[in-house]
Amino acid sequence: MSMAVYDHPLAKYIRPSAKSTANCPGCGNGILAQAILQAVDELGLSMDDFVFVSGIGCSAWIPSPSFFADVLHTTHGRPIAFATGIKAALPHKHVMVVSGDGDLTAIGGNHLIHAARRNIAMTVVCVNNGIYGMTGGQVAPTTPLGLMTVTTPFGNAENPFDICKLVEGAGASFIARWTTYHPRQIVKTMKKAIQKKGFAFVEVISQCPVEFGRKTGMGNSVQMMEHYKQNSVSLAKAKTMAPEALTGKMVVGEFVDITKPELIETMAAVRTRAMASGGGN
Amino acid sequence: MTERAVLTGRHFMMGNFACAEGALAAGCRFAAGYPITPATEVAERLAERLPAVGGTFLQMEDEIGSMAAIIGASWGGMKTLTATSGPGVSLMLENIGFAVGTETPCVIVNVMRGGPTTGIPTVELQGDVIQVRRGSHGDYQIIALAPSSVQECFDYTVEAFNLAERFRTPVFVLTDAFLGHMREELLIPEPEAIPVTDRRLFPTGVDTESLPGFLDEDVAPMPVFGLGHKAHVTSSCHDAYGRRNVVDASALDVFIKKLHGKIEAHRDEIVRVAQDADGAEIVLVSYGSIFRCAQAVVEAGRAGGLKLGWLKLGTLWPFADKEIQAVAKRVKRLIVLENNLGQLFHYVQAAAAGVAPVSFLPPRVLGEMHEIADVLKAVREVRA
Repeated sequence: MSMAVYDHPLAKYIRPSAKSTANCPGCGNGILAQAILQAVDELGLSMDDFVFVSGIGCSAWIPSPSFFADVLHTTHGRPIAFATGIKAALPHKHVMVVSGDGDLTAIGGNHLIHAARRNIAMTVVCVNNGIYGMTGGQVAPTTPLGLMTVTTPFGNAENPFDICKLVEGAGASFIARWTTYHPRQIVKTMKKAIQKKGFAFVEVISQCPVEFGRKTGMGNSVQMMEHYKQNSVSLAKAKTMAPEALTGKMVVGEFVDITKPELIETMAAVRTRAMASGGGN
Repeated sequence: MTERAVLTGRHFMMGNFACAEGALAAGCRFAAGYPITPATEVAERLAERLPAVGGTFLQMEDEIGSMAAIIGASWGGMKTLTATSGPGVSLMLENIGFAVGTETPCVIVNVMRGGPTTGIPTVELQGDVIQVRRGSHGDYQIIALAPSSVQECFDYTVEAFNLAERFRTPVFVLTDAFLGHMREELLIPEPEAIPVTDRRLFPTGVDTESLPGFLDEDVAPMPVFGLGHKAHVTSSCHDAYGRRNVVDASALDVFIKKLHGKIEAHRDEIVRVAQDADGAEIVLVSYGSIFRCAQAVVEAGRAGGLKLGWLKLGTLWPFADKEIQAVAKRVKRLIVLENNLGQLFHYVQAAAAGVAPVSFLPPRVLGEMHEIADVLKAVREVRA
């Protein structure tokens, strides 16, 4: 008796030569990779409509090399700056950056806030696992105060970023946060983010069972996702809660969705003005 | 109406503007930069001129982002440039290595200034010659051109784009604070008379799973983005299909040697030297703005009966070792003039080793040009 073989419905989006993943068992990357591809599929878009850009860190392995599309795997912290050049050269393509909290908010923090300020049309997906996973569990700008990591053996002395607030202050026109416990919500949000004419930022709190869960005592993948389930609070509910009741909670939802001048369009207007003026001739 | 990209005609122009015009004439349509003395005028000119010819100039948040943006735009199919000075190059070097490793054509104009560190922004020093050769980590080859006049700022910038496109590699144009701010005559030819090279593109309708797009010593066709090639581009060690391999040292061996060999195998096409050394006993070796001193010294020395000649290095990298050795065989001595404490000097010495002695002469005050009398005195001393 032979078993029927079914292809995963999203397998067509995976690079044929990509036969394995660099992710550890239980990693949240798989949930997010599937959510991104599901959003592409539901929007009826082709992978040729996209250019994916990743930085350095575990989450860079979501598009690279697995997504069967144009993919630029860049240097640590700089994917948004590379993506800015790509978007300027290919204004009609969807440019999506997928990277981690360390890459985007520590070494690459400057590029993040300036791209948000410019409001350049691109989707930036920040996989926030609260730790440097690939290098073995060092403290990140997103690690909670007091947590023990391999570089904070007596507890983290620093306050963490609220990345969504950071990006809101910098001027992004679409901002959302979910956890890997919310795959359906991520797909819905991702579709909006991809279609947004502006800088769209999606933070996904994701479990790193090996370098975070094991070393900090947060437990395995299931335990960490259970924690997300119990401690995530919708934006609507959070508005009714006292600030102290929100300590240790993760507020999730779509925080910002506004319309404002976008860089690729404002640069096109610059071109029109320059051509009319004679451009230094 | 679109303005002219090529300003054919006779101009009186500063070197920094000439670099910008050379970029436009070569087909550059995207530039990114960050303000820095003494290079800022390159960006200012491009900010004014690029949008008028349908291009884009972005002032980025720093030099790291500028270098990243021009690499990204190059993968988007455009010819791209950034202009900076030493401190900016220091910040760009990681991503310059990325451009080498991913075989990304792009041009970096480095208007050299007085260093180390913040140094003196408005004083010229040929201090970054070794930095641009080896500043990024790892083992790699680079191409660097050194103009010595405003005309060459234009011509060499065009050439830098052509070499970048031909060899899919970042190319430096090394000018300096003298040259960048100096104004002199510039003749810009008709567009048809300016040779322009475009990168070889990956065939239409093919993806990088089925055809190699990297690591060919004869330069692989570039699978630029947006055309359905589904290219996987990584600076990590990869094979000819762009597939990452970070477990085999033998893959790294191929990765380094192919990138190296791509430049080395074609060095005769790249290297440019000029010389006026017929019958000379002593030849002054120089480049960039200091070549202008060497030229003046040779003229004055010959008028005084000295058998002097000059050799100008138009390319600094790859190094013109064969050409220098050939000259060394015909003369009694080479004297290297540089506005530093001896950077190319050691390479010239190595090239002429066992053939002719080589001496070195910096200007009396670093950051100033050589005095003709000082050089002639040194020439007479080595003759005695």
